[in-house]
This record gives sequence, structure tokens and C-alpha cells, in this order.
Amino acid sequence: MGTRNYRRKTSHSENGPGDGGRTGSWRVERPVLNKSLCIPCKRNTEACFICWLFCPDVVISRTIPPKIDLEYCKGCGICAEECPTRAITMVDEAQFTEEDKDKE
Amino acid sequence: MYIIESGNVAAALGVRLCRANVIAAYPITPQTPVTERLSEYIEEGSMKAEYVPVESEHSALAVCIAASSTGARTFTATSANGLLYMHEQIHWAAGARLPLVMCVVNRAVGAPWNIWNDHQDSISQRDTGWIQMYCCDHQQILDSVIKAYWLAEKVSAPIMVCYDGFILSHTYMPFEVPQQEKVDAFLPPFRPDYALNPEEPASLNTVTLPDVRIDVHGELAHGYMEIRYLLQEELRTSLAVAAEAEKRFAEIFGRGGDPYIEPYRCDDADHIAVGLGSLTYQLRVSVDALRKEGIKVGVMGIRFYRPFPDAAIANALKGKKGVIVFEKALSYGYEGALASDLKSALYEHLAGTGHLPLVQNFIAGIGGREIRTDDLTQTLRAATQSRIAKEPTWIGLKL
Repeated sequence: MGTRNYRRKTSHSENGPGDGGRTGSWRVERPVLNKSLCIPCKRNTEACFICWLFCPDVVISRTIPPKIDLEYCKGCGICAEECPTRAITMVDEAQFTEEDKDKE
Repeated sequence: MYIIESGNVAAALGVRLCRANVIAAYPITPQTPVTERLSEYIEEGSMKAEYVPVESEHSALAVCIAASSTGARTFTATSANGLLYMHEQIHWAAGARLPLVMCVVNRAVGAPWNIWNDHQDSISQRDTGWIQMYCCDHQQILDSVIKAYWLAEKVSAPIMVCYDGFILSHTYMPFEVPQQEKVDAFLPPFRPDYALNPEEPASLNTVTLPDVRIDVHGELAHGYMEIRYLLQEELRTSLAVAAEAEKRFAEIFGRGGDPYIEPYRCDDADHIAVGLGSLTYQLRVSVDALRKEGIKVGVMGIRFYRPFPDAAIANALKGKKGVIVFEKALSYGYEGALASDLKSALYEHLAGTGHLPLVQNFIAGIGGREIRTDDLTQTLRAATQSRIAKEPTWIGLKL
């Protein structure tokens, strides 16, 4: 089935996950969280969340531990750059096996 | 009420009668008096609208795009390099399917710098997805503005109302200014299918992927290609809507004719001159002169250049011996764009019928070079007798 009966004639994005498409496929480097360095993980308290604050695609959750939605993460690396404890590192997608691709 | 005024004032009066809500413009000769007059209407209180003075034409159109997205009826006007400066936003307005109306007061483009009339500015915007209407006199300017708002809002596409700089914009002639009640009856207030609403925030025309996508409601939404296809499809069907506009207009105002073409002494003619804008009215003088000599010639003005009324044009030219296309613009490196489009329409509709007329192309009035009626008459006479050249021939060239 096509988009013939879609309600709009133009491109129209509303607030919600992935309304720009499955942008996770754009990623060439994946952010990987080291929980032993992450402040909210180490202290088991709601703190820091600099990664959540800076993520331009709002794909990092404000939870313990922070979760990264790889369906939409474009791999920009801003979270890794901003993390004060260097708990996030960007890893080449080629390092992950096909099975790993869908897992966090 | 009949008045004697300039073509620019005819445009401004049309915009006021249409109750435009937002006007944004940057002055450029010969467009300036249109928006000047509109700012005076707003200042004196005879028009209720927001006038947004901006620092460039790009911003003028950006303001109109934003205002139209909120459901406002908008207007801007420009000429030549001002139009070119808008170019990126011109594509945008069409892709966003906003029913803007813009007057293009036709002027030559630089370089070299030139303020006089030709059609290179609007013709160079041919492929942007805007509807283009061309006017031959002041009445057509005013009437076209009114029709343009109705049509634009009906088909969700922006419209350029094009008229010749100085030749129409700055000359004075009598025309009828319709009553407000009649215009209100013809043109209801703008009620868009969608308007931006702070209660339901949305991003319009953000990055749209090559393929379709599932939106936040779980519905399959268009990709870029579907959106662009719909623009093309609805521009083609807008030809029928333009005919409806013409019919409704004639019912209410008692004026009108063929929505696409304006033929003059064409019925029994062997050769037809074709053009856009006021040049076709000047060609009527040549046609009358040649008719006295017994040469069966007519002239046909084209009112819509995009969408191109190919079927109506081919039908009108079917079985004629020759078509002589006069243009004030050129697709540099080939020929006049109208001549190319016309040949394409004739081929599409008449190939194999044995009724394909010979098409010749003449370029005139580039950069405001005077177009002498005698030159038009001589050219037309010669073109009815033999094929002058395969390449477009420039009239009035002193090289």
C-alpha cells in the first residue's frame, strides 16, 4: 500500500520518536557506555545526565543507567564528547557482529 | 467604478480587494510602487494587514512562507534580480504547497545591470513549481490577482502574476475596480486544510528521507518523491481548476474568456503569432496591418505559462501552416523557452496527424530594446512567406 491517502500533501513532523525516519542506519560509530565510569550508575542516584541533556536527537534516557536508543542514534558522538567522566566511547560499527547490531 | 491609474496601482488595488493579511516586500524598480501603495493603504487604515519591511527579497518571501503557514493570506512583489535573490525560497514555497500570490513586474536581469523590461526573470523561474500567469493590460493585472488568490488556495500552489515592467507597471490606462462585495462573493476568506497551531507543535518540511516512513501516528507518510509527485500531479489538474476560476469570475464580474489563451483573428488564420504579455497586444496592430494586405494571420497570447496548457494550445494551432513565437527571453544556448515548450506540445498532440505547423522563433525587446511595430509587421510578413532561419532570430539587433 502506498501513501496516496495520507492526510498531508507535505512533509509534516510531530513530536515523537523517529518522525524523521529510522536514522540509526546513518551511524558509523556506536556510543558504548562504561557503567563503572558513569556517575548516575556509580552513585545509583539521579545525577549528571549531561549525555541526556546534550543529545540532539533525544535518544538517551534520563534513567539509571542511561539507555541509548540505537534505532535513532545517528552516532554523532556529542554524548561521548560531553561526558565528564569519559564513560561513553564511540566504537566503529564494524566491530559489532550482525547479531550485536540490534542489541545495545 | 472605472479609474485611470498605473498597472502597479491596479495590482495594489487587487491585493486590497482580496483582503491580504500579511505583506512583506523589498523595493526594486519597477515593482516599488505596488508595495509602496499597499503600505499607504495600511497606514491610512483602508486595508487591515500587517506590513513587514525586510532587508532582502529572500526574507520577503521567507516572511510570506511563514505567515502563510499560519493560515494568513499573503502578498509580495518583486522584479528581476530581486526575484533571483528569492530563488531558493521560491522552490520552497511550491514544495511547501503554500498559496502565495506574488506579482513579478518583468524586468531584465543582470549582468549587465538593466532596469528595463523583458521576461528573463520570470521565465528563469519556470521549473520551480509555481503557477505563472501573464497579463496584457491593467484590467488583466487586477483581475488576475483576484483569480490568482482563489486558484492558489484551491490547489495549494503559489502563483506569480507577471506583467511587463514600465510598459504596464508605469503607464496609465482606464480599468474597472470591482466592488468589494463582488470580490468577497468570489473569494471567501482563506481557510487552509492545515495551519500552524501552538497547541499542536509540528515541524514542517524538515529533512524528508528518500523513502516513505511511518509517522508518529503509525501511518505511512510520504517520502520526498511522493510529495514532489503530488505537486506535479496537482499542478497539471490545476488547469481544470483555472477554467473553473475563469467561469466563476465571468459569472460574478461579467468579464472573461478562454482561461488559457487569448486568440485574436485566429479562426481563419494560416499563421499565428504567439507570445506572452503586452507584446501580444502590440502584435494585434501588426496583424490588422497584414490583414489589410490580405495575409491571413492572427495572434494568440498565452495566459498561463505554468502549468502549460498544452492541449488548448495544440488544439488552437492544429492545421495552421505556421506558428511564429515572439519572446522577450531566451534559454541561453538554445532557443526561447516558450518556443521549445510549444513545439513539445504540438509534437505531443499533433505528431502523425499531418497537421504539425512550422514553428519559428523570434527574440525581441531584450533589456528593454524598443520593439517597433513596423519591425514586428515586417518580421511577421516575412515569416508567413518563408522559413527565416532555424536558429532564433533577434529583432531590432544592431550588431
